[in-house]
Amino acid sequence: MTRPMLANLRLFTFASPPRFYVLAGRLVPWLWVVAAVLAGAGLWVGFFQAPTDATQGDAYRIIFIHVPAAWMSMLLYMVMAFWAAIGWAFNARLASMVARAIAPTGAMFTFAALWSGALWGKPTWGTWWVWDARLTSELILLFLYLGYMALVNAIDDTRRADQAGALLAVIGSVNVPIIYFSVKWWNTLHQGATISATTAPKMVATMLTAMLLMTLACWAYGFAVVFTRTRAIIAERERDAKWLNGVSS
Amino acid sequence: MSWGSASEFFAMGGYGLYVWGSFGVIALCMVADALTAIKRHRAARAEPGENG
Repeated sequence: MTRPMLANLRLFTFASPPRFYVLAGRLVPWLWVVAAVLAGAGLWVGFFQAPTDATQGDAYRIIFIHVPAAWMSMLLYMVMAFWAAIGWAFNARLASMVARAIAPTGAMFTFAALWSGALWGKPTWGTWWVWDARLTSELILLFLYLGYMALVNAIDDTRRADQAGALLAVIGSVNVPIIYFSVKWWNTLHQGATISATTAPKMVATMLTAMLLMTLACWAYGFAVVFTRTRAIIAERERDAKWLNGVSS
Repeated sequence: MSWGSASEFFAMGGYGLYVWGSFGVIALCMVADALTAIKRHRAARAEPGENG
């Protein structure tokens, strides 16, 4: 029997919605502070320390929000699909709630990547939009997020909604490696990867620092928003539970 | 990078509309997303349940 063993390992301690509610409630204020401080530092380095690009002028500074937003859009989708699948496989309620909580923020970052990409494309490529592999697969990602949200909201039975959503999220996750490798697999207008684990960065150190600070700020922001929305979903579903009254909001 | 003046900073070498259009709209979206989540949590806590 695997279940008692897993229980003994206390793997599921924070899978309990009341425990998660309390823990996340303590973390969220700090996550907002960390996000604000990192964003402030990232913007300062990006706008006051990083030099003007030799070929793109100051238009390149869009990278400081474009790349973190694009990374977040892909990462959040994988995290959403992972928790949706865990929620489905183990019937873990909290995991499904986290998946639901991620979707709007993931969609927001996907829109942010597309929006900043359009505003960067116009002055550098001469066009707002082009139907190339990178841009098209990122647009599909936005539709996957919106489709997931529409699907789980359209089904009244919570468990059935979570299962249907998990199926969509897992199938849709094949799109994420397609987005990531699209610039290698196809000849696209979009440039290749900015950062690679195997080669030296092709950027000035201050540019890289600004981009990484902005990425970390987006991470902290993502945790703060997703935890807040998960707590909202827990509070909505546990409205009649006694434990909720003993916990401060 | 040292900007000569505030107007030079806001002009972004002629790309001001694109740079500030990106950062401004995304900042609004991030604030809106955060506020929606906070309001949703407040609303859920404000409505009393059977034991509240």
